Amino acid sequence: MQQPFTKKEYQNYVDKKSPNSNIGKNLIWAFVVGGLICVVGQVIRNLFLARGYPVDTVANLNSITMIFLGAFLTGINIYDDLGKKAGAGSIVPITGFANSIVSPAMEYRSEGYILGVGARMFLIAGPVLVYGITTSVIIGLLYYMFR
Amino acid sequence: MANKLLGTQTIKFNNPPSIVASASIVGPKEGQGPLGKYFDKILNDELWGEKTWEKAESKIMRETINTVLSSANKAPSDINFILAGDLLNQCLSSNYAIRESNIPYFGLYGACSTMTESLALASMIIDGGYADNIICVTSSHFCSAEKQFRFPLELGTQRPLTSQWTVTGSGAVILSSNGNGPFITQATAGKIVDMGIKDANNMGAAMAPAASDTIYRHFEDTGGIPSEYDMVVTGDLGYIGMEITDDILIKLGCRITDRFRDCGAMIYDRERQDTHAGGSGCGCSASVLAGYLYKEILGGNLNRILLVSTGALMSPSSIQQGESIPSIAHAVTIQKTLG
Repeated sequence: MQQPFTKKEYQNYVDKKSPNSNIGKNLIWAFVVGGLICVVGQVIRNLFLARGYPVDTVANLNSITMIFLGAFLTGINIYDDLGKKAGAGSIVPITGFANSIVSPAMEYRSEGYILGVGARMFLIAGPVLVYGITTSVIIGLLYYMFR
Repeated sequence: MANKLLGTQTIKFNNPPSIVASASIVGPKEGQGPLGKYFDKILNDELWGEKTWEKAESKIMRETINTVLSSANKAPSDINFILAGDLLNQCLSSNYAIRESNIPYFGLYGACSTMTESLALASMIIDGGYADNIICVTSSHFCSAEKQFRFPLELGTQRPLTSQWTVTGSGAVILSSNGNGPFITQATAGKIVDMGIKDANNMGAAMAPAASDTIYRHFEDTGGIPSEYDMVVTGDLGYIGMEITDDILIKLGCRITDRFRDCGAMIYDRERQDTHAGGSGCGCSASVLAGYLYKEILGGNLNRILLVSTGALMSPSSIQQGESIPSIAHAVTIQKTLG
Protein backbone atom coordinates (compact mmCIF):
# COMPACT_ATOMS: atom_id res chain seq x y z
CA MET A 1 0.00 0.00 0.00
CA GLN A 2 1.17 3.49 -0.83
CA GLN A 3 1.13 5.65 2.30
CA PRO A 4 -0.88 8.82 1.64
CA PHE A 5 1.88 10.95 3.18
CA THR A 6 5.56 11.56 2.49
CA LYS A 7 7.72 11.19 5.62
CA LYS A 8 8.00 14.94 5.95
CA GLU A 9 4.26 15.51 5.56
CA TYR A 10 3.62 12.75 8.06
CA GLN A 11 5.90 14.31 10.68
CA ASN A 12 4.10 17.66 10.28
CA TYR A 13 0.74 15.95 10.48
CA VAL A 14 1.76 14.02 13.62
CA ASP A 15 3.03 17.20 15.26
CA LYS A 16 -0.38 18.75 14.67
CA LYS A 17 -2.24 15.68 16.00
CA SER A 18 -0.14 15.23 19.13
CA PRO A 19 -1.33 17.17 22.16
CA ASN A 20 1.20 19.46 23.79
CA SER A 21 1.74 19.53 27.51
CA ASN A 22 -0.15 22.29 29.30
CA ILE A 23 2.71 24.77 29.65
CA GLY A 24 0.82 27.23 31.84
CA LYS A 25 -0.17 24.61 34.39
CA ASN A 26 3.27 23.00 34.31
CA LEU A 27 4.99 26.35 34.85
CA ILE A 28 2.83 27.12 37.88
CA TRP A 29 3.47 23.67 39.38
CA ALA A 30 7.21 24.00 38.75
CA PHE A 31 7.28 27.50 40.24
CA VAL A 32 5.31 26.57 43.37
CA VAL A 33 7.05 23.24 44.10
CA GLY A 34 10.52 24.54 43.18
CA GLY A 35 9.83 27.60 45.33
CA LEU A 36 8.65 25.49 48.27
CA ILE A 37 11.79 23.34 48.10
CA CYS A 38 13.84 26.56 48.24
CA VAL A 39 11.77 27.82 51.18
CA VAL A 40 12.47 24.56 53.04
CA GLY A 41 16.17 25.04 52.25
CA GLN A 42 16.05 28.60 53.56
CA VAL A 43 14.32 27.55 56.78
CA ILE A 44 16.98 24.88 57.35
CA ARG A 45 19.72 27.42 56.68
CA ASN A 46 18.22 29.88 59.16
CA LEU A 47 17.89 27.14 61.78
CA PHE A 48 21.59 26.25 61.42
CA LEU A 49 22.57 29.95 61.53
CA ALA A 50 20.43 30.45 64.64
CA ARG A 51 22.30 27.62 66.33
CA GLY A 52 25.50 29.59 65.80
CA TYR A 53 27.28 27.60 63.06
CA PRO A 54 29.68 29.64 60.91
CA VAL A 55 28.31 30.67 57.48
CA ASP A 56 30.65 28.37 55.48
CA THR A 57 29.68 25.34 57.54
CA VAL A 58 25.99 26.21 57.25
CA ALA A 59 26.24 26.10 53.42
CA ASN A 60 27.58 22.54 53.63
CA LEU A 61 25.13 21.42 56.31
CA ASN A 62 22.29 22.93 54.31
CA SER A 63 23.23 21.03 51.11
CA ILE A 64 23.72 17.79 53.02
CA THR A 65 20.31 18.10 54.67
CA MET A 66 18.54 18.84 51.37
CA ILE A 67 20.30 15.92 49.67
CA PHE A 68 19.20 13.68 52.51
CA LEU A 69 15.61 14.86 52.14
CA GLY A 70 15.67 14.28 48.37
CA ALA A 71 17.13 10.81 48.82
CA PHE A 72 14.73 9.95 51.62
CA LEU A 73 11.64 11.06 49.68
CA THR A 74 12.89 9.03 46.72
CA GLY A 75 13.35 5.98 48.94
CA ILE A 76 9.80 6.13 50.24
CA ASN A 77 8.38 6.53 46.70
CA ILE A 78 7.23 10.12 47.05
CA TYR A 79 9.70 12.15 44.99
CA ASP A 80 8.60 10.65 41.66
CA ASP A 81 4.98 11.65 42.35
CA LEU A 82 6.19 15.15 43.08
CA GLY A 83 8.28 15.16 39.89
CA LYS A 84 5.35 14.02 37.77
CA LYS A 85 3.53 17.25 38.65
CA ALA A 86 6.38 19.66 39.21
CA GLY A 87 8.79 18.72 36.40
CA ALA A 88 11.82 20.99 36.43
CA GLY A 89 10.59 22.47 39.72
CA SER A 90 11.73 19.31 41.49
CA ILE A 91 14.55 18.34 39.09
CA VAL A 92 16.62 21.53 39.26
CA PRO A 93 17.07 21.89 43.07
CA ILE A 94 19.72 19.75 44.75
CA THR A 95 16.97 17.39 45.96
CA GLY A 96 16.40 16.49 42.29
CA PHE A 97 20.07 15.64 41.94
CA ALA A 98 19.75 13.30 44.91
CA ASN A 99 16.67 11.75 43.27
CA SER A 100 18.58 11.16 40.04
CA ILE A 101 21.25 9.18 41.92
CA VAL A 102 19.08 7.27 44.37
CA SER A 103 16.43 6.19 41.83
CA PRO A 104 18.80 4.18 39.56
CA ALA A 105 20.51 2.80 42.67
CA MET A 106 17.14 1.45 43.81
CA GLU A 107 16.20 0.18 40.34
CA TYR A 108 19.45 -1.70 39.73
CA ARG A 109 19.90 -3.15 43.22
CA SER A 110 18.63 -6.40 41.71
CA GLU A 111 21.81 -6.57 39.58
CA GLY A 112 24.01 -6.58 42.69
CA TYR A 113 25.98 -3.97 44.60
CA ILE A 114 28.93 -3.72 42.19
CA LEU A 115 27.51 -3.88 38.65
CA GLY A 116 24.03 -2.84 39.75
CA VAL A 117 24.03 -0.12 42.38
CA GLY A 118 27.68 0.90 41.94
CA ALA A 119 27.86 1.02 38.18
CA ARG A 120 24.38 2.35 37.45
CA MET A 121 24.06 4.90 40.23
CA PHE A 122 25.29 7.71 37.99
CA LEU A 123 23.25 6.69 34.97
CA ILE A 124 21.27 9.93 35.04
CA ALA A 125 23.56 12.15 37.12
CA GLY A 126 26.73 11.14 35.25
CA PRO A 127 26.27 13.55 32.32
CA VAL A 128 25.43 16.37 34.76
CA LEU A 129 28.70 15.73 36.61
CA VAL A 130 30.81 15.35 33.45
CA TYR A 131 29.56 18.52 31.79
CA GLY A 132 29.15 20.45 35.05
CA ILE A 133 32.73 19.80 36.08
CA THR A 134 34.05 20.39 32.55
CA THR A 135 32.23 23.73 32.36
CA SER A 136 33.54 24.85 35.74
CA VAL A 137 37.12 23.95 34.74
CA ILE A 138 36.80 25.96 31.51
CA ILE A 139 35.28 28.95 33.34
CA GLY A 140 38.01 28.66 35.98
CA LEU A 141 40.73 28.74 33.31
CA LEU A 142 39.12 31.73 31.59
CA TYR A 143 38.88 33.52 34.92
CA TYR A 144 42.55 32.75 35.65
CA MET A 145 43.66 34.05 32.24
CA PHE A 146 41.55 37.18 31.94
CA ARG A 147 40.86 38.43 35.41
CA MET B 1 1.55 -23.72 -5.31
CA ALA B 2 0.36 -21.88 -2.24
CA ASN B 3 -3.38 -22.48 -2.38
CA LYS B 4 -4.19 -20.92 0.98
CA LEU B 5 -2.72 -17.51 0.17
CA LEU B 6 -5.14 -14.68 -0.56
CA GLY B 7 -3.75 -11.69 -2.42
CA THR B 8 -0.25 -10.73 -1.34
CA GLN B 9 -0.06 -11.23 2.40
CA THR B 10 -3.16 -12.90 3.76
CA ILE B 11 -3.73 -16.56 4.56
CA LYS B 12 -7.09 -18.27 4.62
CA PHE B 13 -7.21 -21.36 6.80
CA ASN B 14 -8.93 -24.37 5.30
CA ASN B 15 -9.01 -26.06 8.70
CA PRO B 16 -9.41 -23.07 10.99
CA PRO B 17 -8.19 -23.71 14.53
CA SER B 18 -10.48 -23.09 17.50
CA ILE B 19 -9.62 -21.00 20.50
CA VAL B 20 -10.63 -23.52 23.15
CA ALA B 21 -9.54 -21.66 26.26
CA SER B 22 -8.17 -18.33 27.40
CA ALA B 23 -6.59 -16.93 30.54
CA SER B 24 -5.45 -13.52 31.64
CA ILE B 25 -3.64 -12.16 34.68
CA VAL B 26 -3.12 -8.43 35.07
CA GLY B 27 -1.64 -5.92 37.51
CA PRO B 28 -3.60 -3.75 39.93
CA LYS B 29 -3.88 -0.72 37.63
CA GLU B 30 -5.31 -2.82 34.79
CA GLY B 31 -7.69 -4.44 37.28
CA GLN B 32 -9.01 -1.01 38.25
CA GLY B 33 -9.59 -0.15 34.60
CA PRO B 34 -12.88 -0.46 32.69
CA LEU B 35 -12.15 -4.09 31.68
CA GLY B 36 -11.23 -5.22 35.21
CA LYS B 37 -14.10 -7.67 35.60
CA TYR B 38 -13.10 -9.64 32.50
CA PHE B 39 -9.65 -10.71 33.71
CA ASP B 40 -9.15 -14.05 35.45
CA LYS B 41 -6.85 -12.72 38.13
CA ILE B 42 -5.89 -9.25 39.31
CA LEU B 43 -2.68 -8.86 41.30
CA ASN B 44 -2.56 -6.76 44.45
CA ASP B 45 0.96 -5.57 43.77
CA GLU B 46 3.28 -5.59 40.82
CA LEU B 47 6.01 -7.74 42.37
CA TRP B 48 3.70 -10.67 43.28
CA GLY B 49 6.09 -11.87 45.98
CA GLU B 50 9.13 -11.89 43.67
CA LYS B 51 12.36 -9.98 44.19
CA THR B 52 12.66 -8.36 40.76
CA TRP B 53 10.31 -6.97 38.11
CA GLU B 54 11.66 -9.49 35.61
CA LYS B 55 10.87 -12.43 37.88
CA ALA B 56 7.43 -11.00 38.55
CA GLU B 57 6.71 -10.76 34.81
CA SER B 58 7.87 -14.35 34.29
CA LYS B 59 5.66 -15.52 37.12
CA ILE B 60 2.66 -13.70 35.61
CA MET B 61 3.21 -15.51 32.32
CA ARG B 62 3.86 -18.87 33.99
CA GLU B 63 0.68 -18.64 36.04
CA THR B 64 -1.31 -17.50 32.99
CA ILE B 65 -0.14 -20.63 31.16
CA ASN B 66 -1.11 -22.79 34.14
CA THR B 67 -4.50 -21.12 34.29
CA VAL B 68 -5.21 -21.60 30.58
CA LEU B 69 -4.18 -25.27 30.83
CA SER B 70 -6.50 -25.92 33.73
CA SER B 71 -9.40 -24.04 32.16
CA ALA B 72 -9.02 -26.19 29.03
CA ASN B 73 -8.65 -29.25 31.21
CA LYS B 74 -5.39 -30.12 29.50
CA ALA B 75 -2.01 -31.28 30.78
CA PRO B 76 1.26 -29.78 29.48
CA SER B 77 1.83 -33.07 27.67
CA ASP B 78 -1.31 -32.41 25.58
CA ILE B 79 0.28 -29.27 24.15
CA ASN B 80 2.46 -29.69 21.06
CA PHE B 81 4.06 -26.25 21.00
CA ILE B 82 4.04 -23.00 22.85
CA LEU B 83 4.56 -19.76 20.92
CA ALA B 84 5.47 -16.95 23.26
CA GLY B 85 7.16 -13.61 23.47
CA ASP B 86 7.60 -10.48 25.54
CA LEU B 87 9.39 -7.14 25.46
CA LEU B 88 12.46 -7.83 27.57
CA ASN B 89 15.90 -8.43 26.08
CA GLN B 90 16.23 -11.94 24.65
CA CYS B 91 12.54 -12.56 25.55
CA LEU B 92 13.64 -13.46 29.03
CA SER B 93 10.19 -13.41 30.65
CA SER B 94 9.01 -16.11 28.25
CA ASN B 95 12.21 -18.16 28.50
CA TYR B 96 12.02 -18.31 32.30
CA ALA B 97 8.25 -18.69 32.42
CA ILE B 98 8.36 -21.72 30.13
CA ARG B 99 11.64 -23.20 31.43
CA GLU B 100 10.01 -25.86 33.62
CA SER B 101 6.94 -26.48 31.47
CA ASN B 102 8.38 -29.28 29.32
CA ILE B 103 6.53 -27.98 26.28
CA PRO B 104 8.38 -27.42 22.98
CA TYR B 105 8.79 -23.68 22.63
CA PHE B 106 9.15 -21.16 19.82
CA GLY B 107 10.24 -17.75 21.14
CA LEU B 108 8.90 -14.81 19.15
CA TYR B 109 9.72 -11.13 19.10
CA GLY B 110 7.36 -8.73 17.39
CA ALA B 111 7.32 -6.16 20.19
CA CYS B 112 3.69 -5.43 21.05
CA SER B 113 2.48 -7.22 17.89
CA THR B 114 3.67 -10.58 19.26
CA MET B 115 0.21 -11.82 20.27
CA THR B 116 -1.24 -11.80 16.75
CA GLU B 117 2.10 -12.96 15.37
CA SER B 118 1.85 -16.04 17.59
CA LEU B 119 -1.84 -16.55 16.72
CA ALA B 120 -1.11 -16.35 12.99
CA LEU B 121 1.83 -18.77 13.16
CA ALA B 122 0.03 -21.19 15.47
CA SER B 123 -2.97 -21.21 13.13
CA MET B 124 -0.71 -22.03 10.19
CA ILE B 125 0.94 -24.85 12.14
CA ILE B 126 -2.43 -26.34 13.09
CA ASP B 127 -4.01 -25.77 9.68
CA GLY B 128 -1.00 -27.43 8.10
CA GLY B 129 -1.54 -30.47 10.26
CA TYR B 130 1.67 -30.12 12.22
CA ALA B 131 0.05 -29.84 15.64
CA ASP B 132 -3.24 -30.27 17.45
CA ASN B 133 -2.85 -27.98 20.45
CA ILE B 134 -0.75 -24.84 20.72
CA ILE B 135 -0.54 -22.24 23.46
CA CYS B 136 -0.08 -18.62 22.36
CA VAL B 137 1.01 -16.34 25.16
CA THR B 138 2.67 -12.96 25.66
CA SER B 139 3.35 -10.70 28.60
CA SER B 140 4.55 -7.26 29.53
CA HIS B 141 5.19 -5.47 32.79
CA PHE B 142 5.13 -1.73 33.37
CA CYS B 143 8.10 -1.72 35.73
CA SER B 144 10.40 -4.03 33.76
CA ALA B 145 9.60 -2.14 30.55
CA GLU B 146 10.26 1.25 32.13
CA LYS B 147 13.56 -0.06 33.45
CA GLN B 148 14.65 -1.39 30.07
CA PHE B 149 13.28 1.27 27.74
CA ARG B 150 13.05 4.46 29.80
CA PHE B 151 14.08 5.65 33.24
CA PRO B 152 14.24 4.22 36.76
CA LEU B 153 10.74 4.15 38.28
CA GLU B 154 11.51 6.51 41.13
CA LEU B 155 13.05 9.19 38.94
CA GLY B 156 10.90 12.31 39.13
CA THR B 157 10.23 12.83 35.42
CA GLN B 158 7.21 14.15 33.60
CA ARG B 159 5.63 11.92 30.96
CA PRO B 160 4.54 13.68 27.78
CA LEU B 161 0.85 13.48 26.86
CA THR B 162 1.68 11.35 23.81
CA SER B 163 3.33 8.63 25.92
CA GLN B 164 1.65 5.33 26.68
CA TRP B 165 1.51 3.16 29.76
CA THR B 166 2.90 -0.38 29.47
CA VAL B 167 0.32 -2.92 30.58
CA THR B 168 1.30 -5.24 33.41
CA GLY B 169 -0.25 -8.50 32.44
CA SER B 170 -0.28 -11.60 30.36
CA GLY B 171 -2.84 -13.27 28.15
CA ALA B 172 -2.83 -16.83 26.86
CA VAL B 173 -5.06 -18.84 24.58
CA ILE B 174 -5.02 -22.48 23.49
CA LEU B 175 -5.58 -23.08 19.79
CA SER B 176 -6.81 -26.51 18.89
CA SER B 177 -7.50 -28.43 15.72
CA ASN B 178 -10.54 -29.78 17.50
CA GLY B 179 -13.12 -27.40 18.88
CA ASN B 180 -16.34 -25.51 18.40
CA GLY B 181 -14.86 -22.06 17.98
CA PRO B 182 -14.28 -19.21 18.14
CA PHE B 183 -12.21 -19.87 15.04
CA ILE B 184 -9.23 -18.11 13.55
CA THR B 185 -10.12 -18.05 9.88
CA GLN B 186 -7.64 -15.63 8.31
CA ALA B 187 -4.34 -14.01 9.12
CA THR B 188 -2.68 -11.05 7.46
CA ALA B 189 1.06 -10.78 8.02
CA GLY B 190 2.30 -7.23 8.38
CA LYS B 191 5.19 -5.50 6.68
CA ILE B 192 7.60 -3.24 8.47
CA VAL B 193 6.54 0.35 7.90
CA ASP B 194 8.66 3.26 9.04
CA MET B 195 7.43 6.77 8.37
CA GLY B 196 10.37 8.38 10.13
CA ILE B 197 8.93 8.98 13.60
CA LYS B 198 11.80 9.09 16.11
CA ASP B 199 9.94 9.98 19.28
CA ALA B 200 9.74 6.89 21.52
CA ASN B 201 7.18 8.80 23.56
CA ASN B 202 4.81 8.81 20.61
CA MET B 203 4.61 5.15 19.62
CA GLY B 204 1.00 5.49 18.50
CA ALA B 205 2.10 7.84 15.72
CA ALA B 206 4.99 5.53 14.82
CA MET B 207 2.74 2.45 14.59
CA ALA B 208 -0.31 4.00 12.91
CA PRO B 209 1.04 3.71 9.32
CA ALA B 210 1.86 0.02 9.92
CA ALA B 211 -1.59 -0.62 11.36
CA SER B 212 -3.33 1.10 8.46
CA ASP B 213 -1.14 -0.76 5.98
CA THR B 214 -2.09 -4.16 7.42
CA ILE B 215 -5.80 -3.33 7.78
CA TYR B 216 -5.98 -1.94 4.24
CA ARG B 217 -4.08 -4.97 2.90
CA HIS B 218 -6.41 -7.33 4.76
CA PHE B 219 -9.49 -5.92 3.05
CA GLU B 220 -7.74 -5.77 -0.34
CA ASP B 221 -6.53 -9.37 -0.07
CA THR B 222 -9.75 -10.89 1.19
CA GLY B 223 -12.09 -8.72 -0.86
CA GLY B 224 -13.98 -8.13 2.37
CA ILE B 225 -15.52 -4.95 3.69
CA PRO B 226 -15.39 -3.46 7.20
CA SER B 227 -19.12 -4.00 7.81
CA GLU B 228 -18.51 -7.77 7.82
CA TYR B 229 -16.72 -7.26 11.14
CA ASP B 230 -18.33 -6.31 14.43
CA MET B 231 -15.07 -4.78 15.54
CA VAL B 232 -11.69 -3.93 14.08
CA VAL B 233 -9.54 -3.85 17.19
CA THR B 234 -5.91 -2.77 17.21
CA GLY B 235 -3.39 -3.71 19.88
CA ASP B 236 -1.94 -0.60 21.41
CA LEU B 237 -2.18 2.39 19.10
CA GLY B 238 -3.63 4.49 21.91
CA TYR B 239 -5.83 7.52 21.29
CA ILE B 240 -3.42 9.40 19.05
CA GLY B 241 -2.45 6.37 16.97
CA MET B 242 -6.13 5.49 16.53
CA GLU B 243 -7.02 8.92 15.23
CA ILE B 244 -4.13 8.84 12.77
CA THR B 245 -4.91 5.29 11.58
CA ASP B 246 -8.53 6.23 11.04
CA ASP B 247 -7.44 9.31 9.07
CA ILE B 248 -5.02 7.36 6.87
CA LEU B 249 -7.60 4.66 6.14
CA ILE B 250 -10.26 7.24 5.24
CA LYS B 251 -7.79 8.84 2.84
CA LEU B 252 -7.41 5.39 1.25
CA GLY B 253 -11.16 4.96 1.04
CA CYS B 254 -11.44 2.37 3.81
CA ARG B 255 -13.82 3.50 6.54
CA ILE B 256 -13.71 1.50 9.79
CA THR B 257 -14.47 4.43 12.12
CA ASP B 258 -17.75 3.15 13.59
CA ARG B 259 -16.31 -0.26 14.52
CA PHE B 260 -12.74 0.75 15.31
CA ARG B 261 -11.50 0.04 18.83
CA ASP B 262 -8.07 -0.26 20.42
CA CYS B 263 -7.04 -2.51 23.32
CA GLY B 264 -4.70 0.22 24.62
CA ALA B 265 -7.53 2.74 24.61
CA MET B 266 -9.97 0.31 26.27
CA ILE B 267 -7.88 -1.09 29.09
CA TYR B 268 -7.47 2.13 31.12
CA ASP B 269 -9.81 4.94 32.05
CA ARG B 270 -8.34 7.94 30.29
CA GLU B 271 -9.65 10.53 32.75
CA ARG B 272 -9.15 8.66 36.00
CA GLN B 273 -5.95 6.67 35.52
CA ASP B 274 -3.43 9.22 34.24
CA THR B 275 -2.21 6.94 31.48
CA HIS B 276 -2.09 9.70 28.84
CA ALA B 277 -2.37 8.22 25.32
CA GLY B 278 -3.44 4.73 26.51
CA GLY B 279 -1.95 1.32 27.25
CA SER B 280 0.78 -0.50 25.36
CA GLY B 281 2.92 -3.62 25.59
CA CYS B 282 2.75 -7.26 24.50
CA GLY B 283 0.42 -7.95 27.41
CA CYS B 284 -2.06 -5.31 26.26
CA SER B 285 -3.70 -7.00 23.27
CA ALA B 286 -3.03 -10.42 24.84
CA SER B 287 -4.90 -9.74 28.06
CA VAL B 288 -7.70 -7.84 26.31
CA LEU B 289 -8.12 -10.71 23.84
CA ALA B 290 -7.98 -13.42 26.52
CA GLY B 291 -10.13 -11.42 28.92
CA TYR B 292 -12.60 -9.11 27.27
CA LEU B 293 -12.74 -10.04 23.56
CA TYR B 294 -12.80 -13.83 23.97
CA LYS B 295 -15.60 -13.64 26.53
CA GLU B 296 -17.59 -11.20 24.41
CA ILE B 297 -17.30 -13.55 21.43
CA LEU B 298 -18.32 -16.58 23.50
CA GLY B 299 -21.21 -14.62 24.96
CA GLY B 300 -22.42 -13.71 21.49
CA ASN B 301 -21.93 -9.94 21.76
CA LEU B 302 -19.30 -10.12 19.06
CA ASN B 303 -19.45 -12.50 16.13
CA ARG B 304 -16.52 -11.57 13.97
CA ILE B 305 -13.55 -9.37 14.78
CA LEU B 306 -10.28 -8.39 13.20
CA LEU B 307 -7.58 -8.26 15.86
CA VAL B 308 -4.56 -6.22 14.78
CA SER B 309 -1.74 -6.18 17.34
CA THR B 310 0.71 -3.40 16.66
CA GLY B 311 4.42 -3.31 17.47
CA ALA B 312 7.10 -0.63 17.60
CA LEU B 313 10.31 -2.46 16.80
CA MET B 314 12.84 -0.10 18.35
CA SER B 315 15.44 -0.70 21.04
CA PRO B 316 16.94 1.70 23.59
CA SER B 317 20.15 1.76 21.51
CA SER B 318 18.40 2.62 18.25
CA ILE B 319 16.54 5.46 19.96
CA GLN B 320 19.75 6.84 21.49
CA GLN B 321 21.42 6.63 18.10
CA GLY B 322 18.65 8.76 16.62
CA GLU B 323 17.10 6.06 14.44
CA SER B 324 13.42 6.19 13.52
CA ILE B 325 10.99 3.55 14.77
CA PRO B 326 10.21 0.62 12.43
CA SER B 327 6.70 -0.62 13.12
CA ILE B 328 4.61 -3.63 12.29
CA ALA B 329 1.07 -4.95 12.67
CA HIS B 330 -0.29 -8.45 12.18
CA ALA B 331 -4.00 -9.17 11.86
CA VAL B 332 -6.13 -12.24 12.53
CA THR B 333 -9.82 -12.75 11.88
CA ILE B 334 -11.60 -14.35 14.82
CA GLN B 335 -15.19 -15.50 14.34
CA LYS B 336 -17.65 -17.32 16.54
CA THR B 337 -18.93 -19.72 13.93
CA LEU B 338 -17.78 -20.87 10.52
CA GLY B 339 -19.63 -19.83 7.40
